[in-house]
Amino acid sequence: MIPVTWYMMLSAAIFCIGIFGFIARRNVIIMFISIELMLNAVNINLVAMSHYLQDMRGQILVFFIIAVAAAEAAIGLAIIISLFRNRATVHVDEIKEMEG
Amino acid sequence: MTMEITNMHMLIPGLPLLAFLINGLFGARWIKQEAHWIAALAVAVSWVLSVMTLLKVMQGHTYYGDIYTWISSGGLRVSVGFSIDELTAVMLIVVTTVSTLVHLYSVGYMHGEEGYSRFYAYLSLFTFSMLMLIMSNNFLQLYFGWEAVGLCSYLLIGFYHQKESAARAGMKAFIVNRFGDFGFALGLFLIYLTFGSLDYQTVFSAIDGWQSPAISLLGLETDLATVIALLLFCGAVGKSAQVPLHVWLPDAMEGPTPVSALIHAATMVTAGVFLLARCNAIFNLSPAAMAVVAVTGALTSLFAATIALVQNDIKRVIAYSTISQLGYMVLACGVGAYSAGVFHLYTHAFFKALLFLGAGSVIHAVHDQDIRNMGGLFKHMKITAITFWIASLSISGLPPLAGFFSKDEILWLAYSSGGSFGKMLWATGTLVAFLTAFYSFRVIFRTFHGEFRGEVEKKDHLHESPASMTIPLMLLCAGAVGAGWIGLPALWGFENHFAEFLKPVVGHVAAEHGNYSHSEEWMIMAISVAAGLLGLGLAWAMYARKTDLPERAAGAMSGVPYRLFFNKYYVDEIYDYLIIRPTVWVAKNILVTVTDGLIIEGIVNGIPRSIGRISQWIRKAQSGVLHHYAAVIVFGFFIMIAASLIWAGGN
Repeated sequence: MIPVTWYMMLSAAIFCIGIFGFIARRNVIIMFISIELMLNAVNINLVAMSHYLQDMRGQILVFFIIAVAAAEAAIGLAIIISLFRNRATVHVDEIKEMEG
Repeated sequence: MTMEITNMHMLIPGLPLLAFLINGLFGARWIKQEAHWIAALAVAVSWVLSVMTLLKVMQGHTYYGDIYTWISSGGLRVSVGFSIDELTAVMLIVVTTVSTLVHLYSVGYMHGEEGYSRFYAYLSLFTFSMLMLIMSNNFLQLYFGWEAVGLCSYLLIGFYHQKESAARAGMKAFIVNRFGDFGFALGLFLIYLTFGSLDYQTVFSAIDGWQSPAISLLGLETDLATVIALLLFCGAVGKSAQVPLHVWLPDAMEGPTPVSALIHAATMVTAGVFLLARCNAIFNLSPAAMAVVAVTGALTSLFAATIALVQNDIKRVIAYSTISQLGYMVLACGVGAYSAGVFHLYTHAFFKALLFLGAGSVIHAVHDQDIRNMGGLFKHMKITAITFWIASLSISGLPPLAGFFSKDEILWLAYSSGGSFGKMLWATGTLVAFLTAFYSFRVIFRTFHGEFRGEVEKKDHLHESPASMTIPLMLLCAGAVGAGWIGLPALWGFENHFAEFLKPVVGHVAAEHGNYSHSEEWMIMAISVAAGLLGLGLAWAMYARKTDLPERAAGAMSGVPYRLFFNKYYVDEIYDYLIIRPTVWVAKNILVTVTDGLIIEGIVNGIPRSIGRISQWIRKAQSGVLHHYAAVIVFGFFIMIAASLIWAGGN
């Protein structure tokens, strides 16, 4: 039996990788994958706690998150594709028209 | 039955309102030169309904009721309703008759003018407002009508809005009336505070047997009834152009002449007299207020008559004559002779509207308003001249024309109202009667007789006005002759039907009038006729026989009285000096520079400017670089975690 703290540490580690990837990388697709990583870190946490507390609500919530994440991923990729078509780049430092 | 009557009453003001809406909405685009059909038809039907109402009222079917709840807020409840009694019936006849004839007359007079449909829309709106004013059964609806006729008056005085003097005259009328209406509104507030209602019936029945409490106002010991009465009288002073708020009426002559006849002679300006008669219950409570009313009326009539003596603009002479006659009516109300005041209002409506329309006909022919450039028009425009003659005889109070009966009744009731006070009022009135005859016939002899003094080329184009103008003249002429016959004096062995008719509303003249003998009454009558004849004779001598006499008379007086009269006692100049200039000074130096320039502009411009400055500074945070945002989010996230850990640890 793996203790629940291990799962939480795994989750925290994946989340931190996600944050690092999001901040450190300039490729917009990598950043997008980093966001997915963070999202799934949360999912791991939820499933682990659900099992630990013997409460199915956490797992139900995870299904919802996966469904929403699928939709979000579709939209996100669509945005990235249209961005690439317009700018011929996926490098976010070159995209800063929105400055104040 | 009641339902039918109510519908009929609603149609009387409703039809002119409908005509206004149609002409106002569709006139400029589609109806244009056909606007008179709708307007005249609506007001003519109103006239028929008014006659039917009068007949009903004569049979004793008065009506008092609410149609619609207008305002219901807390204790205040105001309805739109009608009170159809004897006084209203008389006013209905006056308003709809003159209005119908003026609508008809304007077809000829305004023919081809720009804004023809606009003119008719305003006329209809005016008729509607005036009818709402007189038919109202509460003070607020009265006030609504009061302000609405003021608005129409403003719009119609400034009808030729391209002309600066007309636009200014309209504003002057509106602003001067504000002074009176402010007092009027305060009067209404006091009535509501005192009686808890604005309904005529509630208020007037509460007044019956009411002991007016003594109050102290600005250090003056007085009673509440006097204050209310005087505040209401403020409104009447403004609307009926009494001294000191008379200055707007002569300038109102900038409007088209039919407007002068309808609004500034026959109907709107008499609203003040109507108000006095309507609120007679309040005024009767206060002898002090009555004395103020009587003195104001007498002063106004004398004041305006002396100015009228020397004016050269035909419409201005008639305008001052109107002020003077309104003074008569107010004087009558001031001595408690409300029925005589309303009687004069009614006869005056005919002969004064006739004088104005006659003057309009003359102006139409000569294209000039200065009587110095007229003369000898009699042979060119016989109908106008003859009707003008009859109207002037009527206003001069010569029997058996309408003006004689009403004027004589006022003079007699003033004389017999008791004491030397009444005698003084009577003496003033008689002097004014003499002056009235003089200036009226001065206009006649200068306009219709002698030689034409205008430009030669104009002389060949002098012509009688079209039938649509002369027919109203003839109809009004019948009124100027015969309108008085419904109020033949009791002295001649008749019942005074008019006074008897109005008795349920305005009561009877006070009892002290009984102490005078018939011979005195005959004497008063003879003196007033003699005064009229004397004025006529003097005008004839001065302006028809020895035409050099006026010049010499003006020269002999060398100045003071003549210049005083000619310059209208310098009232406009005094107001300019005392009120307008200080106001303009305050506006320029305080309101524009300090209030507007510093305070309002400071707030209005300062707030956006400081917002702009702050955002110039804040906007730098928005770099557009995605990683900055991400870093901020993560940093914030860590702070939140840390904060929650510290908080949890603290617990």
